[in-house]
Amino acid sequence: MQNPIILQMKGIDMQFPGVHALKEVDFTLRAGEVHTIMGENGAGKSTLIKCLTGVYQKGKGTILLDGKEINPKSTLDAQSLGISTVYQEVNLCPNLTVAENCFIGRQPKKAGFIDWKTMNKRTKELLKRFDIDIDVTKPLSTYTVAIQQMVAIARAIDIQCKVLILDEPTSSLDANEVKQLFKAMRSLKEEGMAIIFISHFLDQVFEISDRFTVLRNGELIGEYLVDEVTQYELVSKMVGHEIDDLSTLKRVQHTEAEMKEFLKAKQIGVAGSVQDIDLTLRKGEIVGFAGLLGSGRTETANMLFGVDPITKGSISINGKKVNLRKPSNAIKHNIAYCPEDRKRDGIIGDLSIRENIILAIQARQGIFKKISKKKAEELAQKYIKTLQIATPDADKKIGELSGGNQQKVILARWLATDPDLLILDEPTRGIDVGAKTEIQKLVLKLCEEGMSIVFISSEIEEVVRCSNRIVVMRDRKKVAELKGDDLEHDTILKTIAGGAKTNE
Amino acid sequence: MSNNKAPANAIKSKKKLNLNTQFIAGLVALALILLFNLIYEPGFFRISIVEGKLYGSIIDIINRCVPTMIISMGMTLVIATGGVDISVGAVAAISGAMVVSLIGYNFDSATGVTTTNMNMYLAILIALIVSTICGAWNGLLVSRLGIQPMVATLILMTAGRGIAQLITDGQIPRVYTEDFSFIAQGSIFAVPTGIYIALAVVLIVYAFTKLTAFGMLCESVGINASASRYSGINAKNIKLICYTICGLCAGIAGIHIASTVQGADANNAGLNIEMDAILAVVLGGTSMAGGKFYIWGTAVGALIIQALTTTIYSLGVPPEIIYVVKSLVVVIVVMLQSNLIKNLFKKIGSKSKKSSAAASV
Repeated sequence: MQNPIILQMKGIDMQFPGVHALKEVDFTLRAGEVHTIMGENGAGKSTLIKCLTGVYQKGKGTILLDGKEINPKSTLDAQSLGISTVYQEVNLCPNLTVAENCFIGRQPKKAGFIDWKTMNKRTKELLKRFDIDIDVTKPLSTYTVAIQQMVAIARAIDIQCKVLILDEPTSSLDANEVKQLFKAMRSLKEEGMAIIFISHFLDQVFEISDRFTVLRNGELIGEYLVDEVTQYELVSKMVGHEIDDLSTLKRVQHTEAEMKEFLKAKQIGVAGSVQDIDLTLRKGEIVGFAGLLGSGRTETANMLFGVDPITKGSISINGKKVNLRKPSNAIKHNIAYCPEDRKRDGIIGDLSIRENIILAIQARQGIFKKISKKKAEELAQKYIKTLQIATPDADKKIGELSGGNQQKVILARWLATDPDLLILDEPTRGIDVGAKTEIQKLVLKLCEEGMSIVFISSEIEEVVRCSNRIVVMRDRKKVAELKGDDLEHDTILKTIAGGAKTNE
Repeated sequence: MSNNKAPANAIKSKKKLNLNTQFIAGLVALALILLFNLIYEPGFFRISIVEGKLYGSIIDIINRCVPTMIISMGMTLVIATGGVDISVGAVAAISGAMVVSLIGYNFDSATGVTTTNMNMYLAILIALIVSTICGAWNGLLVSRLGIQPMVATLILMTAGRGIAQLITDGQIPRVYTEDFSFIAQGSIFAVPTGIYIALAVVLIVYAFTKLTAFGMLCESVGINASASRYSGINAKNIKLICYTICGLCAGIAGIHIASTVQGADANNAGLNIEMDAILAVVLGGTSMAGGKFYIWGTAVGALIIQALTTTIYSLGVPPEIIYVVKSLVVVIVVMLQSNLIKNLFKKIGSKSKKSSAAASV
């Protein structure tokens, strides 16, 4: 039984300066179906959605809605065509009432005044479809995020909606709330609504979806029915197998005796985020973190660096319990951290390379012990040379460098602090293959010299190649710790997908 | 051969220019205003010495600009961290009220003897401490409670003049001692004392930001607060220090103003000076969004504003017009700093300098 096709995107092609974001991607959506778009970060999922909702203007290709070609110019445009989107963060007004939120901009009127009675009544009816019975005259903020999300969806579908896009709606919900949301999605499906779903949570995706479209590096990998693929197959399709030109790299293996324990985390967690992580980090060892985006890798790193102070458990360094309330605490304990979002949390765009490099040591030394211009220049030249940062001089603004070189400067900033533990979160994301190899080589060399390293990456190949030990995360929990012979691509994929423990 | 040499020189000079574009633009603007005055009134640049003191329009401009210049130094630091302090006028009023009330000038008409209640230097010290506390209060609201700078300093802006009135008991107390007048009206080596004070503040702030790491850390916080935090910078304390310095600067300016008028007018001392100070900072090339700041640029900015004001007065234009002209200047400067215009310039620049750009890459 094939449901009628409601939306068709054909040969969508999208180019940004320097990036070919979408390469002739097709996408077909049928009525009464939940269709999930899968792909790693940067695969082109959001670009595809943004073409559909009018945020971006597609380069090439056609979009057919009910057989008619459409060309949405803005989100408002898309909405009037019947394409509504509910985003990860609820973008309603928390200080308005539930009813006001549902009818904002299109309030029912009576003799020129807002007809509150009708508005509240209709809102109640709307929400009843989702089995939600709440006081609609209370401010939205008095309800849970799940309810708020449901209100957003209710609002979206009430505006003559044919296609509903849910962009990561579950990432801030707990298990029960997810169930509630899925129930609502199913009832919408039965009414013939076509739903596009985007999520990083594999288990959830398999529970609710009818069909998948997998994207990788802006290319369409394929379209699959839920019964056709297993979780493992889907993950390997998403991740792909990149050509291994880095096989010459050899990871170092220190003996147990050489690896002195540096940091030990016991049952650490942050309320509402990652829970119960046990972790031991030793000098001269690289611990890889594998798992899909949102699985809790970055959150764990943030805990170790004091960005998100732990609310549960304890961390000890060199056998002594420590209290890491902010990054400067962690830096005092010789921990360094290259964060995932280089632009937001890494570079100080308008400052020079030199200033960016000395920033962390300067912050540690305080305001009054200024690093002399000579010393700063020495440090800058040293790292420009050893890390092969491509720049004419250290005066250049870091914001003007390429991604790979920016990453090297951030690395230099931390290496200058001479850390005992270096946490790298996606150090090679968005940088070209050459710089990638250099960074990996550097990581291995640092480990050989006795540094403790945490290596977080979405590229499993890379994690396998560098790590002595791999921690696998799923759904904000540590699900396995792999060592020795288990350090294989397939084993990790299986563990990420959630099949390893039960199958073997 | 000369053909080959020319573009290389062009690149070099362009690079040097880039560092100080805004500063040079400021100097040019200042020069234009002065030039206009010279044409309008040929004796504009004449400086004479009367009773061992320099006199002349130029001296007048510099001397009048002292309070704005002092306050704009503190304002530069605050704006560099991405904030703003609109309470400086009120803090100046508090400081003035404090110092005048503490000195407490009494004149006995029967005997012709004047007495004071407190040593002037002690009174100044107390007034400065009070204004520093005012600045720290602003800093605490912004850095610890996370209140938006505009709102946080609005509190003291409103309350400050009330506090000043409480200090002066609703009067306009006067101090006519020679020592006190000397602060703003005296002269050392024929140069008005106020100019020394302003110069000292500028130099101290400049030294503090350049000889310590404070300047860089300020800029870092202003450019990217999140990345600064990840680098271990205590952004809260940096902001606190900036607001505190700004309070102290306002205090110094307040004493200067009080000395100029030989009294403390809680309602009018330093009125609207926050706007002039912010304008000076922006004219100097520091972006309101925070980040890179330019102490000397601000100093030139303060001079531009005073030159503009004096020019308008000397033209005999009604003083109300000054606000219109000032606001026009603000609009132009802010437009020049907007990304849209910047990109437009870049586009024009890249078109005409394509060859030299290719060479430098």
